[in-house]
Amino acid sequence: MTQNSIRGTAAFVGAALAGIGEAPGRSSEDIAIEASYKALAEAGLTTKDVDAVFGSLPGDCSPLSGLLISEILGIQPKFTDNNRTGGSTFLSYTLMAAMAIKEGLCDTALIFYGSNQRSNTGKLVSSVRPFPYEAPYKPIFPATSYALAASRHMHQYGTTREQLAAVAVAARQWANMNPVAFARGPLSIDDVLNARMVSSPFTVRDCCLVTDGGAALVMVSAKRAKDFPKKPVYLLGAAAATTHMNIMAMDDLTVSAAKDSGERAFAMAGVKPTDIDVVELYDAFTINTILFLEDLGFCKKGEGGPFVASGAINPGGRLPVNTNGGGLSCVHPGMYGMFTLVEAIQQLRGECGERQIKDAKLAVAHGNGGVLSSQITNILGTADTL
Amino acid sequence: MPRLLDCHERPAARPQTLFFHTLQNHCRQETMSTESAFSGPGPDRVFQQYLEKGEFRIQRCRDCGKHVFYPRLTCTGCGSIALEWVQPSGSGTVHAVSIVNRQADKGGPYNVVLVDLKEGPRMMGRVDGIPHEAVKIGMAVKAKIDTSGQAPFVAFDAA
Repeated sequence: MTQNSIRGTAAFVGAALAGIGEAPGRSSEDIAIEASYKALAEAGLTTKDVDAVFGSLPGDCSPLSGLLISEILGIQPKFTDNNRTGGSTFLSYTLMAAMAIKEGLCDTALIFYGSNQRSNTGKLVSSVRPFPYEAPYKPIFPATSYALAASRHMHQYGTTREQLAAVAVAARQWANMNPVAFARGPLSIDDVLNARMVSSPFTVRDCCLVTDGGAALVMVSAKRAKDFPKKPVYLLGAAAATTHMNIMAMDDLTVSAAKDSGERAFAMAGVKPTDIDVVELYDAFTINTILFLEDLGFCKKGEGGPFVASGAINPGGRLPVNTNGGGLSCVHPGMYGMFTLVEAIQQLRGECGERQIKDAKLAVAHGNGGVLSSQITNILGTADTL
Repeated sequence: MPRLLDCHERPAARPQTLFFHTLQNHCRQETMSTESAFSGPGPDRVFQQYLEKGEFRIQRCRDCGKHVFYPRLTCTGCGSIALEWVQPSGSGTVHAVSIVNRQADKGGPYNVVLVDLKEGPRMMGRVDGIPHEAVKIGMAVKAKIDTSGQAPFVAFDAA
């Protein structure tokens, strides 16, 4: 940790969800603003208190989403950021917000996201355009790209379809304890294996949901954070890493940039994987959870399959992972990153009811963008961890 | 060994004046220094022109020797702009594979692969001539040009 570290200098004082699952008749902007209103209200604030705005909307909305949302809210922020690295991007907004707050560029940062992709189109609304050197081969975007990575992991490490399925089953078991999760009910390994094949080795149950949904976060300085109604949750570490955009340009399909982002985020936070109480990973596909558990140091490279198959990440297992049900069973409106943060914050506040991890003090929220392209790790902690 | 090209080996110009003009500019690149990469048709267009002539070309860096695909202006190995067009051997190895389960009435399943070319670069592709289930990681493949669609592209046969 350096003297200039942003560790613990900013905190989350508001976190809210909106439109989870289906929000018929609501625009993506409506969902983002509902989440923003609720996150601010929880902090005892209104839109007029916001002086920095960070956020993204789906690819069929204005790319100038920071301007649009600010205008709709009727505010003139001092600082905006619409950096787009795919669904991971929200985990860089937290870092940028913390830096801006630390440097005195702003006081109260709003981070927003909203998507009505399910009600509006029934499928993923991506910001990514077809890549001319991949398009002739008709990969399903993005499933085939992740499937290619999975095929390589299976080839090199003997990872099996049953082990991939174990990720989906664990996510469903957590979702069954989350009243807002979109996909609830029994799900077995056989159910996953026997579901409709999409792009081998993935069946539709290895792939994330297509839902509506939004979320918002409010960040202020650690100094101010003590004066808000909710128990503050501090940003202890954050780091981003990028390896490629298109899957053909990923050097090693079995090692993601999470290895790099994770190492730097843990170093900033001054903690180790074994210190972490709860882990929220961007599970767009079942292989993601396995890759990120390995790359972030929760198990060794190549051992992610046996690790998840052992029940380690299921409720009652030794490492609670994706306690909201994840993108596989809770919510996935196209850019899931925000939901890793909201669940981590709610766990650290102790608000998660049946699925609450007892005495959770340290959480990892990890975002993925593109096709394993952008990896951004945040480490969050309670006041005890400062 | 990939065969290096000189200007005379570039695809013959079509009669269109504009095309001929840009091709001439491109030939001039060989003798001009740093400006050369930044004039004439860009690398995507040159690649496509070769394909239209029935040739699969990739780039090689004259400074560090790295082969580059997809086509670029700068070398991904060293950052140089001294990229020249060379003919790869066409030999490759399947690095990863997925079978897309397209519905039967829409043409049925097809394979999507990543292929490591002998020269180093990895590219996406499709393997023809064998059942999709038989496409395996590690198998040898040979590049060909598929002209069945609107624009030609590189595909593979099992070697």
